[in-house]
Amino acid sequence: MFDDRSPIYLQIAEQIKNDIVSGALAEDEQVMSTNQYAAFYRINPATAAKGFAQLVDDGILYKKRGIGMFVTPNARDLLRTGRRDSFFADVVDPMIREAKAIGIPLNDILQHVRSYGDA
Amino acid sequence: MTALTVRTENVSVRFAGVPALDRLDLRLAPGKIHGLLGRNGSGKSTLAAALAGFRRPDEGRVLIEGGDLGAAQEPYENAVVTSRVCLIRESGDRPDAVPVKYAVGLAAALRPYWDADLAGDLLDRFEIPLNKKIQKLSRGKKSALGVVVGIASRAPLTIFDESYLGMDVPSRNLFYDMLLADYVEVPRTIVLSTHLVSEVSTMLEEVLILDRGRLVTQSPVDALRGRGASIVGPAAAVDEFTAGFTVLAEERLGGTKSTTVLGDLDPALLAQATAAGLEIGPVGLQDLFVHLTGAKA
Repeated sequence: MFDDRSPIYLQIAEQIKNDIVSGALAEDEQVMSTNQYAAFYRINPATAAKGFAQLVDDGILYKKRGIGMFVTPNARDLLRTGRRDSFFADVVDPMIREAKAIGIPLNDILQHVRSYGDA
Repeated sequence: MTALTVRTENVSVRFAGVPALDRLDLRLAPGKIHGLLGRNGSGKSTLAAALAGFRRPDEGRVLIEGGDLGAAQEPYENAVVTSRVCLIRESGDRPDAVPVKYAVGLAAALRPYWDADLAGDLLDRFEIPLNKKIQKLSRGKKSALGVVVGIASRAPLTIFDESYLGMDVPSRNLFYDMLLADYVEVPRTIVLSTHLVSEVSTMLEEVLILDRGRLVTQSPVDALRGRGASIVGPAAAVDEFTAGFTVLAEERLGGTKSTTVLGDLDPALLAQATAAGLEIGPVGLQDLFVHLTGAKA
């Protein structure tokens, strides 16, 4: 579930962001409480709280006093925009490096991409 | 909130002149889950015994304060403190020739925050028969009885000293889940002494690493994750890059070298390393633990 190589609270935040981007968590939907989250994933409640606090700071979640935490209405757009900005550097560039290293012509890649149509 | 704060001041314990704890100074913040990590023989159990007042330090003091104790007191031969400090060891520290229910009744009588409903629920979940004599229980059930008493005591300072080693994986997982659930309900100061780092690491908030009776490091667990880095590349470039760092381990294969260092790599350093053709990888908590407590530094 969690790996040992980076702070768990960041991994928690990342996981919730992924759920929002994929649509598994809808906007204005309530997320698990930190204690539920801690019990479910067997992690320290303070660590879970830190991950959630980071998401509140980033405007991804908002708090309703006494009720819990919810997904901010524009969170999905916010996250998608952020990921779009780094898409080429994070996803495409490494793919092209790999293609060059193993001798796949860029034209083959373009052809493959086009086979998906223009969605 | 009744959680207790623990301090040790210059604590030494010696066995036949050999130090098991060597001038140890530490502080355990109240209400957190602390992992006490170390290899076999590093002094974990001796420290746990000193904290719980099972043993008086040869030098220095153990001080426990806060909660309903108020000012700092030493636990040794102090019933007020020891009733609020629960140390669970694998040995059980209890008579074995009596039925389980007597041991449970004894804990109920001695522990001011005992929760009988919780104890009953836990005994059911761990499937421990109340009327069976303790000596007739399997090793796993004896360990489970220990952790049931440890959790249901709700002691403001609760220490588990490898008390769950005799339990199989499903039982250990049940223990972790039950402990966490009850800790959320009633926050208290908890110490988990173990060398099973990877199994408990997500439950911890703070980590203490002991090696040969001394404190190697004490840190929030998330700060320790990602504190090490492995640098791989041509030997000369690796050596040049790692010159200013604390080196934990080095390995060579032909012209390639892998060096594990302690320390934060900021983006500028990362860029510099990438430019020099070096690969930087994270070091997991378990590996960091192994490096920090290895025979060779």
